[in-house]
Amino acid sequence: MTAPTGIASLTIPQIREGLARKQFSAQELATEALRFAAAENPKTNAYLHFSPERALEAARRVDEKLERGEDPGPLAGVPVAVKDVILTAGVRTTAGSKLLENYIAPYDATAVIRLERAGGVILGKANCDEFAMGSSNENSAFGPVRNPVDPERVPGGSSGGPGAAVAQGTAVAALGSDTGGSIRQPASFCGVVGVTPTYGRVSRYGLIAFASSLDHIGPMARTVGDAATLLRVIAGRDELDSTSAFAPVPDYAAALDGQTRGMKIGLPLEYYQGLASETGDLVMRGVERSTRLGCEVREISLPHTDYAIGAYYIICTAEASSNLARFDGVRYTSRSAHSQTLGDMYRNTRGEGFGAECKRRIMLGTYVLSSGYYDAYYLKAQKVRALIAQDFAEAFREVDAIVTPVSPFPAFKLGEKLDDPLQMYLSDIYTITGSLAGIPCMSVPCGKTAGGLPVGMQILARHFNEPGMFRLAGAFERDGGFEG
Amino acid sequence: MKLSEERVRYVAGLANLTLTEDEVRKMSADLGEVLTHMEKLNELDTSAVEPMAQVLFEGEETATLREDLERPGLGSQVALANAPLSGAGCFKVPRVIER
Repeated sequence: MTAPTGIASLTIPQIREGLARKQFSAQELATEALRFAAAENPKTNAYLHFSPERALEAARRVDEKLERGEDPGPLAGVPVAVKDVILTAGVRTTAGSKLLENYIAPYDATAVIRLERAGGVILGKANCDEFAMGSSNENSAFGPVRNPVDPERVPGGSSGGPGAAVAQGTAVAALGSDTGGSIRQPASFCGVVGVTPTYGRVSRYGLIAFASSLDHIGPMARTVGDAATLLRVIAGRDELDSTSAFAPVPDYAAALDGQTRGMKIGLPLEYYQGLASETGDLVMRGVERSTRLGCEVREISLPHTDYAIGAYYIICTAEASSNLARFDGVRYTSRSAHSQTLGDMYRNTRGEGFGAECKRRIMLGTYVLSSGYYDAYYLKAQKVRALIAQDFAEAFREVDAIVTPVSPFPAFKLGEKLDDPLQMYLSDIYTITGSLAGIPCMSVPCGKTAGGLPVGMQILARHFNEPGMFRLAGAFERDGGFEG
Repeated sequence: MKLSEERVRYVAGLANLTLTEDEVRKMSADLGEVLTHMEKLNELDTSAVEPMAQVLFEGEETATLREDLERPGLGSQVALANAPLSGAGCFKVPRVIER
């Protein structure tokens, strides 16, 4: 047996075949993947820390199963990066925050348990914006992530580490998390596939909460098939998350070969107005390709789109201000050394520990929930959220899928947008609407700009229609759509 | 709209968050700008709209309830392992009662 070659471009089916033909063992693959990831990581800072003991132990279990002739699982031997907001027992889990610098998770997230039960090998924990708040990964307390496509540029956020690791080839796939676009936008900036499943499709148990009514765990990978395989493993009802969905989990990978002829695709006119840019051109080229694949394309309207940013940033900050209240220097985090009273200890621990973006969102959320403002902001936003969800419900009476850009622009330079929070928030416009409605959405690569920067195309479908979404994405990929 | 620095300090108090004077100034401008954008929602008449608090309502209301069976928790050793200060099976905090 020899160490696997071409590790940076391996796919799940290739690993399955390599193991079956005894070209390499899971332990050999894990060893080589860890070596490669550690050597390449300084270029991007995609991983915050590695978990070699855990990875080799998981690989050993896969090899033992193979030796006994047992099924080692659909992710057997697959090297995976896990975003550092997802708990891994016995392994440091920092959420990109100085506050949790030394936090060792006491239990595993459900998605992590399922991933390893399926034979997956967790190489380490991936960098992200602090508590998953950001669109550039510049809000990490442990340094920004660089985009492997161009190290002067951001990888997107908040799942910038997972996106960069998958693009760089230091992981075959990754678990990211998405609240308003945190999987899809970095996927588009790094040129990989990123899936935000239906809300509740994947258990949130063990995901450090940012905005509970909007948080998702989802897969990132280099191919649609790999993302589909990973999603099937982690999806499904979990009694430890009461919002997790009961709906049975279909074989998503089986949907990939399905027929796209006659599929109806909607283009929301509100999303394409004023999109005269290279990004817009590449997405339109993707839409034209869909027509050649037999899809019927029609214009639709999502009339409340303009109100989505306002509603989203009220709801997510309100929920964040509650969720982050637990970080007070008592149970999980380091504690400010400069405090005499309990109240001072809370205030100083939080003041010294949280970064600028987390403070901004805690303040906004506290303000919109404060006495006298609740109805004007939070309740209003929940009502607008209902209108946005209703827009989608009506659109999906006419069409099977909606195709839009992921981001108004490709990866920007480090530092370029750091001083203008509102502009950063406004750039989330194409991804937050689907998040508010709780529908499945994904980003697939649809080519590169003249400057060589990847652009992503977003596919949205109705609740639990991940198979339809994957079918279109799979046909698009087979037809060469990823190359533009 | 601008959020006064006095208001920023009040909200920071509610949030148990110490802010430096610099942070208060910056927060006053940044939050004001974002809140101004949020005022756009008032263009919409939502008097007849039910607020959406969660995404899906599938299943019976009781479907998420489980049998009331005893099951082991984390245990105090594990639960206390990340605390900055603990002792006698408890989290320790600065004294709140004078004796």
